[in-house]
Amino acid sequence: MQKYSIFSLIKNAFSNHKKWDLAWKDPTPKKEYDVVIIGGGGHGLATAYYLAKEHNITNVAIIEKGWIGGGNVGRNTTIIRSNYMYDDNALFSEFGMDLWRKMSQDLNYNVMFSPRGIINLAHSDAQMNIYARRGNSMRLNGIDAELLNREQVREIIPMVDFSENVRFPIFGGLMQPSAGTARHDAVAWGYARQADSMGVDIIQNCEVNGFDITAGKINGLRTSRGNIKAKKIGLCVAGSTNILAEKLNMTLPIETHLLQACVSEPVKPILDKVVTFGAGHFYISQSDKGEMVMGGDLDGYNSYAQRGNLPTLQHVLTEGIAMMPFLSKLKMLRTWGGIMDMSMDGSPIIDKTHIEGLYLNCGWCYGGFKATPASGWTFAHTIAQDRVHELNAGYSLNRFSTGHLLDEKGLGTKTWIS
Amino acid sequence: MLYINCPHCGLRSQNEFSYGGDATVKRPDLNKEISDQDWDNFVYNRKSLRGKHWELWQHISGCRQWIKVERDTSTHEIFNTLKANEETI
Repeated sequence: MQKYSIFSLIKNAFSNHKKWDLAWKDPTPKKEYDVVIIGGGGHGLATAYYLAKEHNITNVAIIEKGWIGGGNVGRNTTIIRSNYMYDDNALFSEFGMDLWRKMSQDLNYNVMFSPRGIINLAHSDAQMNIYARRGNSMRLNGIDAELLNREQVREIIPMVDFSENVRFPIFGGLMQPSAGTARHDAVAWGYARQADSMGVDIIQNCEVNGFDITAGKINGLRTSRGNIKAKKIGLCVAGSTNILAEKLNMTLPIETHLLQACVSEPVKPILDKVVTFGAGHFYISQSDKGEMVMGGDLDGYNSYAQRGNLPTLQHVLTEGIAMMPFLSKLKMLRTWGGIMDMSMDGSPIIDKTHIEGLYLNCGWCYGGFKATPASGWTFAHTIAQDRVHELNAGYSLNRFSTGHLLDEKGLGTKTWIS
Repeated sequence: MLYINCPHCGLRSQNEFSYGGDATVKRPDLNKEISDQDWDNFVYNRKSLRGKHWELWQHISGCRQWIKVERDTSTHEIFNTLKANEETI
């Protein structure tokens, strides 16, 4: 594989950048693979990469209905964090933070990881107490957390509305300084390029129509580009999980919902942190191009439409303007939607299934992008070793039956409430 | 914007409604032996498929009644609305 560096950049400049190798090939599917990953999004690509890199399994195919990186990895708000209270979530996410820090070097691809810090704003004494508790839990798990008072928040993000007579005054906030953002497309492309170079077949425009299961064991799958045999199959299809689960006669604790995001016109640098509103559901950061990147609530009803509705957007941006009044002066550049695999406790599932050789990775809710490396790493381990790693042991499928829920937000099973 | 035809009040915008999830989920009959699987299916497991979906909405800023709505989850087209005590077709 061609290494990307300042030297290859200069060298290729002499040929007008017309002689770069393709970043990944476009192979026709083989008859048989050791592992087939369904879903060429961030998690699927990362899984294939770690299967090859950590477990030496390279006879792998990624089957993608559309094109790689065309789903949620290309539609998110690029926030990376590990500010969780529960051990299972915190340790998993913090393991991912380490992978994020090394990712650009590891993949020889600039994912523009920017650990700029995230601040969750608090608007009451009670919320400050909750944040103190969460921050302490984070620190016990080795994650950086700082509880900020009102003045400290004002110093860092003075553009937030600090007036006295607002409905939700700022009492303070919880900051994770090591959190940040990354360039989402580069994450998909970087994983794809490395996986491809190690022998993984990335098969795009290939829809899965059904599965070949005998005596409780997976043998292969039927696709729009022919039948493929596989010893093991991993499902990494986020919002389409329920569609494939139906083909497997499985009913999962997952609902598919629509989440919107939007960016404003680009403006000069004003915000160098990720900030979340504490009295509703709104988060914001500024991209390298200067756009304000914003998101918030689900549209709130089951949906497979990758496009949103205006009432929710209006509701979310009302919160944004309450927090940062200057936003009202900005023009909106783009809005878009993605479909979320909302699990019934807000935490994901990375586990084996009752079908031998079939593995499940789903339920990412609002937090799929930041989990990309850790999800790929642990899912690859689960598939390669046929057992879960201790990092994803809490993300079991049967926790809903046994009562070991990971309900970080305490919302219960109404996934559309945020 | 969704427009939902409330069987009690007529056509109203989605802003007046609050969502209540899959309307086909049935609470297990308490007079019988109930397996863990039955409870799981009631509390957690959902089909959530692409296509027609019967779901509950509450006309929270109107008559405050719960209603059933048949809606397509990929196009958001609404085909039918029923009162809560009417059986889905």
